[in-house]
Amino acid sequence: MRNKLINWFRYASPQTFYPLAGRMIPWFWGLAAIFGVAGLFIGFLLAPTDAQQGEGYRIIFLHVPASWMSMFIYLVMAFWAATGLAFNTRLSGMMASALAPTGALFAFLSLWTGALWGKPMWGTWWVWDARLTSELILLFLYIGFIALQAAIDDPRRADKAGAILALVGVVNIPIIYFSVQWWNTLHQGASVSLTRAPSMAAMMLWGMLLCALACWMYSIAVALMRVRVIMLERERHTDWVRALLRGKA
Amino acid sequence: MLSLIRAVIGRDLRLAMRRQADIVAATFFFIIVVSLFPLGVGPEPDQLRRLAPGVLWVAALLATMLSLPRLFADDHRDGTLEQLALAPQPLALIVLGKVIAHWLVAGLPLVVLAPVLGVQFDLAGDALAVLTLSLLIGTPALSGIGAIGAALTLGVRGGGVLLSLLVLPLYIPVLIFGAGAVDATVTGLGAQAHLSLLGALALGGVFFAPWPTAAALRVALE
Amino acid sequence: MIHWNSLAEFLAMGRHGPYVWGSLLVMALLMVAEPMLLLQGRKRLIARLRRQHRAEAAERGQASAGDRSMANGSND
Repeated sequence: MRNKLINWFRYASPQTFYPLAGRMIPWFWGLAAIFGVAGLFIGFLLAPTDAQQGEGYRIIFLHVPASWMSMFIYLVMAFWAATGLAFNTRLSGMMASALAPTGALFAFLSLWTGALWGKPMWGTWWVWDARLTSELILLFLYIGFIALQAAIDDPRRADKAGAILALVGVVNIPIIYFSVQWWNTLHQGASVSLTRAPSMAAMMLWGMLLCALACWMYSIAVALMRVRVIMLERERHTDWVRALLRGKA
Repeated sequence: MLSLIRAVIGRDLRLAMRRQADIVAATFFFIIVVSLFPLGVGPEPDQLRRLAPGVLWVAALLATMLSLPRLFADDHRDGTLEQLALAPQPLALIVLGKVIAHWLVAGLPLVVLAPVLGVQFDLAGDALAVLTLSLLIGTPALSGIGAIGAALTLGVRGGGVLLSLLVLPLYIPVLIFGAGAVDATVTGLGAQAHLSLLGALALGGVFFAPWPTAAALRVALE
Repeated sequence: MIHWNSLAEFLAMGRHGPYVWGSLLVMALLMVAEPMLLLQGRKRLIARLRRQHRAEAAERGQASAGDRSMANGSND
């Protein structure tokens, strides 16, 4: 048990994690490509037409994975934030900062694909539906996190301030979601019903899951790439970065 | 414990009284924003009645935020904050005192002014009462949650704008239940549920927010 | 097995073409752009740090040639 703990902290040091991440990145890119091609192949070429929504429903293969990832990444970010505050490891804060832009990207993509899905289905680009509104707020939370970290020069302080904000955000997300839903049911002005057909063909489900896996692998690959850049930047005065950069002349 | 909080409140109030211009400015900001809306959307009473809860609440949110950067900045500049952080008493309690003082200075004037401004929007008596009550319950939550943002952006460049970026998304539940309570009264649904939820948010905001605020202050003081 | 009869039908997406392709295109573009920007930023950072290190080394009057042999160049 003790041995394991030491191992973990060994990988938590940037010096050992940097080359490890470098070796892992191509694998995650490969997996992302395989899952992505398979998911899009099933979703766009094999899956049957939806009885109610016609072909436009195929946006689901993009929209749902993007929405899932945007929420999941926030949770992972909050997890790293919490470990960073609890154990004071350098790597945790770097991981949280590395994840935020990708999470924001997926939140944006979720809104974008949602708007393009909404237009043909409900006849409008945007409705103040509970889910859409919550996604928008999630994007704001990401932007706040990124802006806060960007405004603080000292990286250690930026990590800790960002971690506190991420944790406050994660506590607030259920409250925000609940309140937006409550607000939405009170303002049933729009005539559109957003409940989708629950009976989803198995093939559609597979396509969606594969696309979601692709987005997941993509997120890991990009986050690892970004965390390596952050490590180089922050540890630029250490011997290992100097040695590394000399070696790559 | 209570005497500590009372001492912090007293001290902050005395300091605020020396700089009344700040309080007055935030209050006038509230009045002006609310008064601008009829000029922007037109004077039809029906429309104004529908807009009133949202407009007054959003203006209250913005006015509260205007005074937030000062919450810790002055104590930070003259070193008082470091003294307080070193004190044997928990920093969160001191923060609680400062939050209450902030509410007395920044929140309470809005509550007092709300019925007068509500009349501009042709709100009926019961709606005015609920509006005032909702602000009375909800503004403490704004001060509590806002304190987190104020502590996180303490001494950070571009702090004011950043503060609103961090805090506004967290204010959304308060806005929804606060404006919703008035809305429900206007449409005859009864505001009880909204006000209870708003009360829960206020309790959460005032009594839980000081802990992350204290943590953020310690980070800022490192 | 393939759901579509012709390429034109595939591209039309049952009159929903612009929406479906608009979603896919933007998503694909951004998901390509993000790693590209990262690679570019990384390259620029490495160049900047190298310059910095070289300047520091020159300041200290150290010969960097000797160090080069013991550098570790195990990864990209």
